[in-house]
Amino acid sequence: MGRAEGPFGAGRAMSWRRNGHDGRGAKPPTYSALSLLRHGLAHGDWPKVWRSVDLERRYDAVIIGAGVHGLATAYYLASRHGIANVAVVDKGYVGGGGSGRNTAILRSNYLTPEGVRFYDRSVQLYRTLAADLNFNVMFARRGHLTLAHNDGSLRTMRWRAEVNKLQGVDSEVIAPEEIKRLVPFMDVSSHTRYPILGALYHPPGGIIRHDAVNWGYARAADALGVQIHQNTEVLGIATEAGRVTGVSTNRGEISAPVVVNCTAGWASLVSEMAGVPLPIITHPLQAAVTEPVKMFLATVVVSGSLHVYVSQTDRGELVFGASTDPYASYSMRGSLEFTEELAGHVLELMPSIAKMRVLRQWAGLCDITPDFSPIMGITPVDGFLVDVGWGTYGFKAGPAAGEAMAELVATGKTPGIIAAFDLARFEEGRLASERGAAAVGH
Amino acid sequence: MILIPCPHCGERNSNEFAYIGETNPRPAMTSIDAPGEWRRYLYEKRNPAGWSAEQWFHASGCRKVVVTVRHTVSNEVRWAGLPGDDIPAELT
Repeated sequence: MGRAEGPFGAGRAMSWRRNGHDGRGAKPPTYSALSLLRHGLAHGDWPKVWRSVDLERRYDAVIIGAGVHGLATAYYLASRHGIANVAVVDKGYVGGGGSGRNTAILRSNYLTPEGVRFYDRSVQLYRTLAADLNFNVMFARRGHLTLAHNDGSLRTMRWRAEVNKLQGVDSEVIAPEEIKRLVPFMDVSSHTRYPILGALYHPPGGIIRHDAVNWGYARAADALGVQIHQNTEVLGIATEAGRVTGVSTNRGEISAPVVVNCTAGWASLVSEMAGVPLPIITHPLQAAVTEPVKMFLATVVVSGSLHVYVSQTDRGELVFGASTDPYASYSMRGSLEFTEELAGHVLELMPSIAKMRVLRQWAGLCDITPDFSPIMGITPVDGFLVDVGWGTYGFKAGPAAGEAMAELVATGKTPGIIAAFDLARFEEGRLASERGAAAVGH
Repeated sequence: MILIPCPHCGERNSNEFAYIGETNPRPAMTSIDAPGEWRRYLYEKRNPAGWSAEQWFHASGCRKVVVTVRHTVSNEVRWAGLPGDDIPAELT
């Protein structure tokens, strides 16, 4: 335990609590087969996995947004850098925004070298996350297929495969016969409206249980001393002479030398509170899930031309996602047009699932930037950092973004892996365009 | 479903329209900070959670640009007009 100079503290000493509970709560029990058996026999309640504590007046850092980005940032700050006097505040509940509304697909087959490098780091972290957090996040490496229905997309697939291989990421273009072998239910014949010409096959891609990722990070961060404050809405961000001094919430004022905006959907409105305008337009993205059936779809299937992606969870439900709604909105209600269009497109790919019923549908908010790449790092306001603009691919980036943001908070230096995604790129004209690989239908 | 009261065609489903975006007047290009102004014009939107003045192109209808005042949380449209119309100040 020692006192160190905060990088954003400008001479202010920060008390950094190393590894530590410091009497801030009892360490939760480790999950194992043995503890499961013991609890099963004793019929005892499991202890709460994170604490509910009063808001303090001062923290070394305040993170806005208790989703995968905010919680991962807090976890890596505490575990890697020993900065645990951190509050994660959220106006709703843990994982109630985009982190719990996405379709939980992981992949790293992006188009720009910066993007591929970054998302590959995230896939690596996800792969060992269950062991790191002592929480079963149900990562399943299923393989990921992006279908090409025309020459243009086939050309982009080849381009992506080559960029991926150069970065050491496993991706290749495969023919319709091989697609049929991977997904026997797929209609790869040439008489469909959009015949399948080939696909980008990305074996390391897969799915994960997104709620478990949020809860796992929350539990692990809490165990290290981080405070998670749900139902705590940030109403204003205080700045003084160009640097951030704290936030005001519906539960009182907090002073902090570092404030990190890790919100999705509300990113531009939260940043506006600090006087930092962001080039973001918020669009809803709708998703749906069917009733559970026996496992028949091993891989994740994505079709840009048909604006749809499908995967089957371990529970057997088919999870469908689409492109973002074609207008800016903060509405999280589903629409009939969406379900109708989605069903039509899915049936073009897999006519045999026509009898399956949709169980529920929902929407999440996507902050779309002009180049479909995120905005991470410093802003013109000292100490006010952003990890925003994640569009349709924020969940799969969570661990790598959290790791990089934690390093930035702790050292004050922007890590190389996120340098290309800074806010200044819009001013300096060096956009990192992921339009061709960010999601479907942009 | 968002209903847009098109001044030419009457109330129509928004899926007949191509969304253009927030109304965004072009900078005058007279100030010394012209590149900065252009950057703000191109990239920085208000992106409000509330009433917003927007432009739509009625692609499957009259093929004219329509201006609306829509609430971005409830998706309610409370005014529609043509480009150049004065939007009542109390509506935005």
